[in-house]
This record gives sequence, C-alpha cells and structure tokens, in this order.
Amino acid sequence: MSSPLLRVRGLVKHFSVKGDLPLVTKTVHALDGIDFDLNPHESIGVVGESGSGKTTLARCIMSLYRPTAGDVHVHGRSVYRRRGKRALLKNVQMVFQDPGGSLNPRFSAERSLLEPLLHLARMPRRERPAAVRALFELVGIRPSDIRKLPHQFSGGQQQRIAIARAIAPQPEILILDEPTSALDLSLQAQVIALLMQLREELGLAYVLITHDLSVVRQLCDQLLVMYLGRPVELGPTADVLDGPNHPYSQALIGSVLIPDPTKRDLVPPLVGEIPSPTAPPSGCRFHPRCQHAMTICAQEAPEARRVEQVQTWCHLYSRSAQESRDVPK
Amino acid sequence: MKRTLVISEAERQRREQQSERLRSICSRKFGFSFVVFRQNPVSLVGLILVVMMLLVAIFGPLVAPFDPDATNARLRMRGPSATHLFGTDSYGRDVFSRVLAAARIDFLVALASIGFAFVLGSIIGVVAGYFGGIPDNLLMRVMDVMQSFPPFILGMGLAAAMGPGVRNLIIVITVIMVPGFARMVRSRVLSLRELAFVDAAKSSSVPTWKVLFVYLLPNSMGPIVVSAALNISYAMLDAAGLSFIGLGVRPPQAEWGMMISEGMNNLLGGQWWVSVFPGLALFISVLGFNLLADGLRDILDPRMRR
Repeated sequence: MSSPLLRVRGLVKHFSVKGDLPLVTKTVHALDGIDFDLNPHESIGVVGESGSGKTTLARCIMSLYRPTAGDVHVHGRSVYRRRGKRALLKNVQMVFQDPGGSLNPRFSAERSLLEPLLHLARMPRRERPAAVRALFELVGIRPSDIRKLPHQFSGGQQQRIAIARAIAPQPEILILDEPTSALDLSLQAQVIALLMQLREELGLAYVLITHDLSVVRQLCDQLLVMYLGRPVELGPTADVLDGPNHPYSQALIGSVLIPDPTKRDLVPPLVGEIPSPTAPPSGCRFHPRCQHAMTICAQEAPEARRVEQVQTWCHLYSRSAQESRDVPK
Repeated sequence: MKRTLVISEAERQRREQQSERLRSICSRKFGFSFVVFRQNPVSLVGLILVVMMLLVAIFGPLVAPFDPDATNARLRMRGPSATHLFGTDSYGRDVFSRVLAAARIDFLVALASIGFAFVLGSIIGVVAGYFGGIPDNLLMRVMDVMQSFPPFILGMGLAAAMGPGVRNLIIVITVIMVPGFARMVRSRVLSLRELAFVDAAKSSSVPTWKVLFVYLLPNSMGPIVVSAALNISYAMLDAAGLSFIGLGVRPPQAEWGMMISEGMNNLLGGQWWVSVFPGLALFISVLGFNLLADGLRDILDPRMRR
C-alpha cells in the first residue's frame, strides 16, 4: 500500500446553480469527502442511487471537473496539474454513459479511434492502421465495418467502439460510467464479458460505476457505496454484498430481486426519494430515510468505523451508540 | 396510351422492383437530395429558378446583344421590340443587356456577403458557445447592439458612412447578416458541447481548436446552411434596396434595385419596362432561393432520413 495506482483523498465538488430568485445562488453538494485507494490490476465498484454523485466522481478523476477540495493522485501525481496532462490522460481513460453520444456523429469508427492514437499516443502515421485494426479485433468489431458512422452501429457495437477508443492509448485505469445501463440484457452480458476479457489481457484497473450489483460482484475487488455525495460503506466486494453493515447498503442490496422468493431477505424497501443535494440533511445524510435513525444521526456526521476490512460511516457502529442499541444484521 | 395500361403482372412487378432499387440507390447518402426534390416539387422549382438565374449571371453578359453601359440619345425610352427585347431606358441603354449584367453584380454581392457572414458568424458563434463566460458575453453583447437596429436601417447608416461601391455593399450586408449566424451557431454549440463526444475528445487531449472547428462546427451546420440559403434572398433584397435609395452601387453600374428606381419616374407615364423587367429578375431570384431553402431543410435534417 506504499503508492497506490489511484488515490482519491477528501474529494469535494460543489456546483453553484441559479436559485429561484435572481442573485441567489444555491450550492449543489455533489461530492462531500470521498476517499479510496486503487491498486494496479484491481477494480473498485461505485454504487448508489441516481444523484448520489457517482458520475461527478468519475468526471473529477478524469479531471473534466476541478474539485472544490481534495485531490486525486495517479502514481503519486495530482491529476489537476497542468503539466504532464497528456501523460496522465494516456494512463486514465473513461467510457462514457451514453455510447451514442460519446462518438462524434460525423467521424467513422476508424477516425474516432485514430484521435487518441494521434493526440495521446503520438503514434507514427504508418503504425496507426495496424493499431486500429488490432483494437477493433480486440473488442470484436468486424474490420469491414470500420468506415461506418456511429449511427450505423447498434448500441452494443457503439459501446465496443467507445471501449476501444478508451483503451487505445493503453491506460492503466479505465473509468466505466454505467457501461451497460443503456444496453439491453443480452448486450450487457456481452459487454461485461468483454470487460472481463480486457482486464485479463491488458491488466486494467477499473473504476466501475453502476446500478447493477451483479456486475460489481463479477468485476470488482472493492465496493464503494455512496449516498448523496458521501461514502456510506467501503470494503471488499464479497463482504459488503453478503453482509452489508450500513442500513442504506442493506436496503440497496436487499432491493435486488432474487429469482427464488424463499431466499429473499426481508429487508424493508427504501421509502421516499433521495433528498435534494442543494439542501442535504444535517448529520448523517441518510437519517431522514433510515429506519434505525437516532437523535445523534441528525446532529453529527458519522466517522468511518472499521469492522474487519469494511469501513462503515454509520452511528450504529460507534461505541457510544453500541452501548444503547443492538447492531442490526 | 393503351399500350402502357395493358402490362402483364410480371412486367408490373419487374418495374416496381426496378423503381424500388432506383429509390434505394437514390436514398443512399449522396443521392438523397434527388428523392427530396422528387417528393417536394416546389423545392425543385426553386432549384430550377436558382440554377437558371445563376446561368444568367455567369453567361448573361457574354450573350448580351448590347453594351449595358452604352448610351444612345436617339433610342430613349423605346418599348420592348425585337432588337431591344426589354426596351431601352431614358439614356437609350438596352434594358435586356443591363438586366443580364446586373444579375452578375447582384449574385456576386449576395453570395459573397452571405459567404463572409457565414464564416465570420460561425467563428464568433462557436467561440462564444464553447468558452462561455467573458468571451461569450463580450461577443454576444456586440451582436445584441447590432441586432438592436432594424437591419436595413443599420445597413443604410453604414452604407452612407462608407460611400457607394460594390465592395462596400458587400461589407455592409455582411455586417448586417453576421449576428444571425453567430446566434444560431452559438445555440447549437451550447447544446452540442454537453454531449459526451466532446468530453471524450478532451480526454484524448484533442487540441481545443480542433474540438471547436472539427468536432463542434461541422455538427452544428445543418440548420445554419438552410438559413444561409434563405438569407441569400434577403441579402439580394438588401443589395437591391440599398441601391434603390442610392446607397448601393455607383450609378453607371447596372444593378436591379437601381434600375427599378431609375424607371420609377416614368412608371406612371406608362413606360413600365424600365422598372418591371429588373423587378421581375429580382423577384425570380428571391423566390428561387426561398423555395430552395425549404427543400434544403428536408435534405439536411437527419430526422427526415429513413
């Protein structure tokens, strides 16, 4: 753990938006203090409801956003330094949520792939066609299709092209922002198989943002559960998925439908909507929806508590609270 | 007539297949415009009118029977005849030759000013839309000031200050037209820059100029090209209008608007030909570009493609 591949420390991102009245600006608390480390060849899954700040986290790591506070280091170098930006981007690439929108509608598949080879890898002209062909072969696009425009491909193929574009500069870290959410089920399985294959062959480290917990189980070593811009639980994937500590993780993981009704845990489903990030609840952000909420939850933001290898941000696990109440499992 | 009606079923099917194949060939990318023009005959009329007037502008002066500027005191105000198809004006100049000569000037002014306005407006719009903030405010407030005048009044003021002449006329009309293009490109860029392919380009460290002019600009062109075609007709009207009130081209130069104004004094005296023929030429050109722009919208709108 001396120098991890990716180190995210105290990442905070607030957006100013215009309020209902003129001259009044509201602050959107998109991210409020995210920490995690990622080692080479490891993968971390990031899950949470819509609006929990997952995409903002991805865009901050990609340095498409400048965070309000905190820092992201890759091999010990901050990603927000202007110098060495190209070397950084070569090492960290992203697959965007909407495969159709992430490809220039006027560029052929081939041309979309040439862009990173030209600008990031600075590959000599003679080597580029072979590299493009190799990439397309890797992601399973037929060579006869490389001159087609994005709208002539299916969603799954568009996503393959987007993945090919992202791995073109041979990065170590690949950020995947809901890579399967826009695809139907059979294509999802194909893309996930492709991602597993690429990880084996290229030794990539993934930051996988998703709603799909089964994908996390297949692909990720670690799992970060987020709620309204804050972490609620972080630990090895199997530990978190099989025995979630935080009431929110319990509800989220319990909400996954299991084909066998007798095996379903009876976790009451989440009630209500995720609160507005312009006015996040005080203390623990989950307390208005939490069935175990205590007085302290509305007053103080919980610190991280380590239970074995899992970190949990919940007052239920703090010492003072444990004396008064049993830990639900 | 009868033979075409009596065709066998096999023949009918064969013909249908053939026309289906033809249609599919036509609709493939390049030939798509064919289909539109066939389905939308009005825009085809526009195309024909524009091409016709364009040919007149290019070859007209070569086939003109007389020197458009040659005066002849003995042949003043003659009505249309076999030698002078459109008659002669108060200086005895041949109106037909002058209408042909004027076509070249009017097309030159309209096409050049729209061309310049298109390029300038696109650059201003893409810069303002992409960077936002201070550059956006600066550029767009200048455009606001320009648009706060009625365009023709602004043109009159500028033309009066710069003096007559073809070059100045082109500059004046360019200035009038720039804000419209800039606004349209800006609004397209504002929505395009939110798309992931722009972020993907940034992540591939594509240089900013390339994002602007290779990624954003070509993707925002569709509706702007239509409006350019439509604006050619307005530019032509502005050129003729400014010349009509004496702020356009210099007097001996043949120009439709100026010819109309020269003939105005004699119009009530029954000598209609001096004004009506250049007016007709202007009308046909403006109508042609208007109808053509309608068809262009269908061609360039991707939603129209099957």
